[in-house]
Amino acid sequence: MYDVAIIGCGITGSACAYFLSKYSLKIAIIEKKNDVCCGTTRANSAIIHAGYDPIPGTLCAKYNVRGNLLTKEICKKLDVLCKEIGSLVLAFSDEEKETLKELYERGIKNGVPDMEIWDGDRIRREEPNVSENAVAALYAPTAAIVNPWEYGLAMAETAVRNGAELMLNSEVKSISKADGGWKIETGSGSVEAKYVINAAGVYTDIIHNMVADKSFEIIPNAGEYYLLDKCEGERVSHVIFQCPDKNGKGVLVAPTVHGNLIVGPNAVDSDRDDTATRTASLDFVRTSAVKSVPSINFRENIRNFTGVRANADTGDFVIGFAAENFLDLAGIKSPGLSAAPAIAEDAVRMLKEKGLELREKENFIDTRRHLRFNELSDEKKNEVIARNPLYGRVVCRCETITEGEIVDALASPIKPVSLDGVKRRAGTGMGRCQGGFCGPKVLEIIARSNNITFEDVLQDDTGSYILTGETKNGGAK
Amino acid sequence: MMYDLIVVGGGPAGLAAALAAKEKGLDSILIIERDSQLGGILNQCIHNGFGLHYFKEELTGPEYAGRFIKMLEGTGIKAMCDTMVLAVTQDKKIHCINPTDGYQVLEAKSIVLAMGCRERTRGAISIPGTRPAGVLTAGAAQRFVNIEGHMVGKRVVILGSGDIGLIMARRMTLEGAKVLACVELMPYSGGLQRNIVQCLNDFDIPLYLSHTITEIRGKNRVEGVTIAKVGPDRKPIEGTEIDFDCDTVLLSVGLIPENELTRNAGIDIDIRTNGVVVWENMETSVPGIFASGNVVHVHDLVDYVTGESQKAGRAAAEYVKQGMRSREHAISVNEGKDVGFIVPLKIHREAMDAEIFFRVRRIFETSAIVVKDGDKVLAHLKRAHMAPGEMERVKLSRSLLDAIEGDEITVYAEEVEE
Repeated sequence: MYDVAIIGCGITGSACAYFLSKYSLKIAIIEKKNDVCCGTTRANSAIIHAGYDPIPGTLCAKYNVRGNLLTKEICKKLDVLCKEIGSLVLAFSDEEKETLKELYERGIKNGVPDMEIWDGDRIRREEPNVSENAVAALYAPTAAIVNPWEYGLAMAETAVRNGAELMLNSEVKSISKADGGWKIETGSGSVEAKYVINAAGVYTDIIHNMVADKSFEIIPNAGEYYLLDKCEGERVSHVIFQCPDKNGKGVLVAPTVHGNLIVGPNAVDSDRDDTATRTASLDFVRTSAVKSVPSINFRENIRNFTGVRANADTGDFVIGFAAENFLDLAGIKSPGLSAAPAIAEDAVRMLKEKGLELREKENFIDTRRHLRFNELSDEKKNEVIARNPLYGRVVCRCETITEGEIVDALASPIKPVSLDGVKRRAGTGMGRCQGGFCGPKVLEIIARSNNITFEDVLQDDTGSYILTGETKNGGAK
Repeated sequence: MMYDLIVVGGGPAGLAAALAAKEKGLDSILIIERDSQLGGILNQCIHNGFGLHYFKEELTGPEYAGRFIKMLEGTGIKAMCDTMVLAVTQDKKIHCINPTDGYQVLEAKSIVLAMGCRERTRGAISIPGTRPAGVLTAGAAQRFVNIEGHMVGKRVVILGSGDIGLIMARRMTLEGAKVLACVELMPYSGGLQRNIVQCLNDFDIPLYLSHTITEIRGKNRVEGVTIAKVGPDRKPIEGTEIDFDCDTVLLSVGLIPENELTRNAGIDIDIRTNGVVVWENMETSVPGIFASGNVVHVHDLVDYVTGESQKAGRAAAEYVKQGMRSREHAISVNEGKDVGFIVPLKIHREAMDAEIFFRVRRIFETSAIVVKDGDKVLAHLKRAHMAPGEMERVKLSRSLLDAIEGDEITVYAEEVEE
């Protein structure tokens, strides 16, 4: 019997696992996919919002500002790329100037520090590529950009290093009452736990309905993006928003922590797992983005992707007990990435109130190191190559990722089994050639390290095979 | 130590440049190659058709590269493989790393940039749909099949009719896969005519001109694609969709010179093609730094890469021994109507001759290449056929160069009467 089972290991689940792993508890993390943080956590704007956007009094507002603070602390401790670059919300008309004022007021109520309203001249001075039609902007210095999947991964890894048990490839099929807790049937066995946290993202309503009457519904909503090459990465130096409307925060333009430029998203209702891109959506994103930053060169696009928001029909986060000792952390839409650690912190408190005994571990590991070769000084580069020559062999030429870093990723606490798993950890294939050059080499290193055949190496999730067999070994019927 | 010449890249361009510089008397020459062996992308091009112009015989890619690698023997030219260049600077320092020597900064009197090119990817053209495994560039597939000995799929649709895509259509077929279609956005192929015949027609693989992929389907692995006809605006026409059940999509949608090192060094690059801007002797905007091969412009035949790179190597030797050519009274070369990226863009007045390479932007039947100095026709060269897939070449002799009165010439392509 586990003390706590967490269903879903996206940003919310991994934050819960991280916070709970500080205590002497037996923790199970149940994840459907073959790796963590493979849903919404890996396909979003990668922004840690300042917190002026949510309406005061909502759960979104409650957790956003606190989450912003905690995220930066955690990223520092766990060596995750996170840069506090500040955000601008642009106003293009007098009417939108009023919206800025409203956002400013909300920000004050939500506790957002140091906001300013900028006039057109100030915008031009700070952001010369922003449209001349922008007449004012709300500046929030605490907004940040982050590597979202590494953020989730770092927390999940730390939880695992502190003893939490991660069960991958384990889709929850049913949940029933058990003696002193809950019994969760998964595709790969059953798990009994005294307390359960439902952090299943776009599937939280389905999990909820396994233990309680329907009380909310997830209305999945897709957002599509462009990711541009690094030569476009300095087009802007802040996160550039437009005024929010009924569809959300609108299309943003921002640098990424890797030095690329991210542009998106739109907002259209979709299926839970539908991460396809569509021409109409991409056209919309492009047209909207150039209103903010007319000079974006979309010819430098290196990837499009779609993320699905776990919007609840209540319009807010859904946080509360669905049944005895069964806690829903549902509807974690934007600003969910920013709010996650604050939600997790509060979830721990809520479980404690229900009798979960919290005894702090004496030997809790709260550090993590990620060697990023390209960021080292010349002397440091020589030092690490002398220690391990594999750091002297660049495998991914676009991002300058060495074989040493790939081997590190393959030896990390949550071992990747796919090219994309290595990509999320080491950064291979993230660049302009999108793995065209390094893919075959990374595949070979994975096969060698994991002692599997080439054909067993996946692109991403189960079923995403890359190779169909050896040459001259038969083909299509 | 100070090298006379460092060549960045050990593919056909780098090899030819180094050998030519040696012939012209440079002593200490170093080739830096990121792969574990010399030869570059030729090593995975196991088909034949290389060397018809240069060696007057038909060789495979590895054979073509092998001849140059063999020529290195006894020359004293050093090759450092498994080594990645991280930066090149205008004062001719090269920052590089490898597993044995670690991080080092090397100095040279001259540099030839010969990094080649890379393939455009799915992202560059924003193909809509899901993002499953089984969507690869043709070159990545070629590496898997020819170097690693593994198949990348069984039922294949190829987008783009560039040469690598055409070659892979044949290669996949010979390995037992079924190539269902080759789909080309433009009304003509971007590849060599001989490849259309030998790689598609000979295997009954249909070529859909003026078509594109409008959707990729499949959750984890490609399950199918939809293609549609495109109008003159290259946008899909509704109602013309054709579905294919396939597990693989290979992309052959263009090549881009790989110039990140060049750009970071502050050397001029053509923003439209990403190619290095060069003079007739392959000198870049920085004196003493030269560039040749696909890093300058994407070639159709490796034989021309060799010729161009020998020019770069010889020019590097001249620079080291005699100093730089004067850039005063330079002649600019302009693109006329229907002419794409031209190499070179500038000619030194003292040049003994100049070879001009370009591609036309559309198909030409009976036609001519015309080089003009103002209104004066310098050269008028008849052509039976010109296509964007094939490079055109015009040689200007010393006497023609002497006849140029202005400071610019323009190259046109035009139809002529039989």
